[in-house]
Amino acid sequence: MSSKPFEPNPYLPEYLQKLEIERHEQSLALSRRTFIKLTGLAGGGLVLAMSMGPGARQALAQTKSPAAEVTLNPYIQIRPDNTIVLYAKNPEIGQGVKTSLPMIVAEELDADWSTVEVRQAVIDAKLYGPQVAGGSTSTPTNWDPLRKAGATARAMLVAAAAKQWNVPASELTTENNVVHHVKSNRSATYGELAEVAATLPVPDAATLQLKPRSSYRLLGKRITGVDNTKIVTGQPLFGIDFRVPGMLFATFTKAPAIGAHVKSANIDEIKKLRGVKDAFIVGQQGDHIGFNPGGPAVGSGVAILASSTWAAMQAKKQLKITWDETNASSDSWTDFKAQAKVLAAKPVAAQVLGQAGDVDGAFAGGKTLDAMYTYHYVSHADLEPQNTTAWFKGDHIEIWTPSQTPQAAVDAVAALLGLPKDKITLHQLRGGGGFGRRLANDAVCEAAAISKQAGGIPVKVQWMREDDMTFDYYRPGGFHSFKASVDKGGKLSAWQGHFITVSRDGKAPMTAANIAPTEFPANVLANQRMLQSLISSRVPTGPWRAPGSNAIAFAVQSFLHECAVAAKRDHLEFLLEVMGEPRFTVADNLRALHTGRAANVIKTVAQRAGWGREMPQGSALGLAFHFSHAGHFAEVAEVSVDANKKVQVHKVWVVADIGPIVNLSGAENQCQGSVVDAVSTAMGLKITFEKGRVEQTNFDKYPLVRIDKAPEVDVHFVESNYPPTGCGEPAFPPAAPAIANAIFTVTGQRVRTLPFSAEGYTL
Amino acid sequence: MLSLNVNGQTLEVGEDVDPKTPLLWVLRDTLGLVGTKYGCGVGQCSACTVHLNGVAIQSCQVPAESAVGQRITTIEGLSAPGATLTAVQQAWVEEDVPQCGYCQAGQIMRATALLARLPKPTDAQIDNDMAANICRCGTYTRIRKAIHSAAAKIAKTGGAS
Repeated sequence: MSSKPFEPNPYLPEYLQKLEIERHEQSLALSRRTFIKLTGLAGGGLVLAMSMGPGARQALAQTKSPAAEVTLNPYIQIRPDNTIVLYAKNPEIGQGVKTSLPMIVAEELDADWSTVEVRQAVIDAKLYGPQVAGGSTSTPTNWDPLRKAGATARAMLVAAAAKQWNVPASELTTENNVVHHVKSNRSATYGELAEVAATLPVPDAATLQLKPRSSYRLLGKRITGVDNTKIVTGQPLFGIDFRVPGMLFATFTKAPAIGAHVKSANIDEIKKLRGVKDAFIVGQQGDHIGFNPGGPAVGSGVAILASSTWAAMQAKKQLKITWDETNASSDSWTDFKAQAKVLAAKPVAAQVLGQAGDVDGAFAGGKTLDAMYTYHYVSHADLEPQNTTAWFKGDHIEIWTPSQTPQAAVDAVAALLGLPKDKITLHQLRGGGGFGRRLANDAVCEAAAISKQAGGIPVKVQWMREDDMTFDYYRPGGFHSFKASVDKGGKLSAWQGHFITVSRDGKAPMTAANIAPTEFPANVLANQRMLQSLISSRVPTGPWRAPGSNAIAFAVQSFLHECAVAAKRDHLEFLLEVMGEPRFTVADNLRALHTGRAANVIKTVAQRAGWGREMPQGSALGLAFHFSHAGHFAEVAEVSVDANKKVQVHKVWVVADIGPIVNLSGAENQCQGSVVDAVSTAMGLKITFEKGRVEQTNFDKYPLVRIDKAPEVDVHFVESNYPPTGCGEPAFPPAAPAIANAIFTVTGQRVRTLPFSAEGYTL
Repeated sequence: MLSLNVNGQTLEVGEDVDPKTPLLWVLRDTLGLVGTKYGCGVGQCSACTVHLNGVAIQSCQVPAESAVGQRITTIEGLSAPGATLTAVQQAWVEEDVPQCGYCQAGQIMRATALLARLPKPTDAQIDNDMAANICRCGTYTRIRKAIHSAAAKIAKTGGAS
């Protein structure tokens, strides 16, 4: 065994790396045990660890029913009728991994996709490693393991045929669930070979031959989602759809002022209301303000348990709670804005995050410009409000939830209830949207705490929309004050970014409120400086689609356009010049920004959109690029603006380099959806708060874009030969600055606030 | 005691249920038809769309008692379990419309009612009806495409949706 210290996957954001280290430590502890644990699956089958020997597999074979699947590894089971069951390991929240990850396995298995049934895998780090939906990491982190899982099973099926026919394995080929021996004109189905294959040794991963891209049959095609038939017929799939016999429906009411505690409540009155079975005050447990998926997170509040969701919601409206606001937030967005103005005026007092070259010298020798950008807080607004069903049974608990971090949810509940982790069974359900909201497990903790306090009654805690919008781990609001210079040749000669963000402890930014010191364009410029100032806040923040990029890209790519305009240069030409020579900005890191890949997508999108063409009066094209989650994305927006600041986003062109595409339909859908999401967020979405209270409570005050305002979205993938990267997030960031840059070109007015409605622009 | 006609069946709702309960929650919690979804509860998102006598309505805004004696159709009632999907459902699968899928039952119900009224809708007519429904994932491009595709299917098969 290697003594090399465990290094978390560098692709993962910091909060997920932390989780991965914890997972690793757990699995080390487990692997020291000698027994082999069999894990029951929702579908009734059994999954074995890949390292499990043939003897144990034979022992298992004795116990299974005739119709049962033969298990080749945790991802693959084969039935005697030559159909295949593949297990999808990660939470599905709309990003399409329940379809795309099994496609990777199926490709290397040479499976006939029409015979494949996909099931959600159990939550078990020993079998599947990290099971997370976050950071656009599912594809890059699973690409190799899943290809190997498919290739391993294929090799075992080939070996079974070779043994049966007494021919060399090298003479055998596979296609669509069948092994062929062309020389002797023999063939056998996977279904026929599986029993024998399962008794053979698992081949060494080093001996596996993975397919070259040129021989892919499935990857890169358009495959419809595996749950689509269930979705279009209304079958139960989501967290909210789940129920167990005897279950009560619960609401949970936390304070309007974030962090306040219940002093007293009209519990007795509530208990008398129609349909109400129980009501009680729940004390704060752990920390629900800080974003910590693996820690207890129950705020002080009142639980109402009723015979229906409606009865619980009606009773909630009758609640009269006296709050102790001693420790509650009194944050005010108006005040934050005033503080930011003061801080922006004093960059010398700011913390220096990073710098290079001679910034002040370049400023002195060039034409300087400065600007301040502002972006509001936003809510995730998953269409399925947060919920979890929990059933506390004394010495163990069962949980059904659409968490994005189910393994961390187990940790959180273990810590909350003081139970060992193996006494917590978590069933993964489909999430009606995620966008980062379900990385936090506060609703899971609430359900566990309420089921326990109710005396072991199964409860589904269902948040109302108003709960969901007023208690979120919001995309933090923030401010960017920039100064830059262009030299006599019209080149960008220096750049200073002063990032003003929120902090809970006064020392470091809150979750997802940080900026990397190397954030573009710091990583490509000779003279640059990154500064940071902090504003004290208690409004919860967390990762929101493309954290660290979703608003920063707006500020940076808009100000870059300001620089191009100041230099009297064409934006496209200027942007390409800033990229410079083709190179990786971090040596030997395939996941870093590569300026050549960037220039390629920028040029391609310009070509597809017809950059430079004559535009009708009142219309313009706007351009932006952003690199995030290892994806290079350039976008052009075609926008018109009228005299009343009415904006129409007619069309957005997206060109992406995320390496080879797994599911073309899914990837394209993610890009289209990201652009629509970005139009909503750019144009009208904001969360504000005064006296610690969030002011928006439902969709009437949170105008998500509807079909009549959604632009046409043209998506093109470059499909380079770099390893594939994720697609759920990186299409989002460039859209807002592309639209803002187009608005400038039409009107001559620079929009420096997200959302643009704050400056009077509406859809 | 309420008697509701849901998907061609007469279903009794017990006296323990407040007759003013929105149809949405009677469908979901009492009758177990969970295909109809809760999104906002205030008539903003239309995730809860069902048909009342063939017309698309927001079931979170209709008290169950006022649906008595009317024909209620939910997403579960469009096609029988295991039977052929309707043209709209087929188009949704073929165009791979869903991302998270949570709003899609409501989208399909509204699109089905739209096509029953306007068998060959223009983009503007699609916008006019479908703007009632929010898709948080932003699958609008595909919703539009699927509606046109379903309209073509229906025209080909002679009107049955």
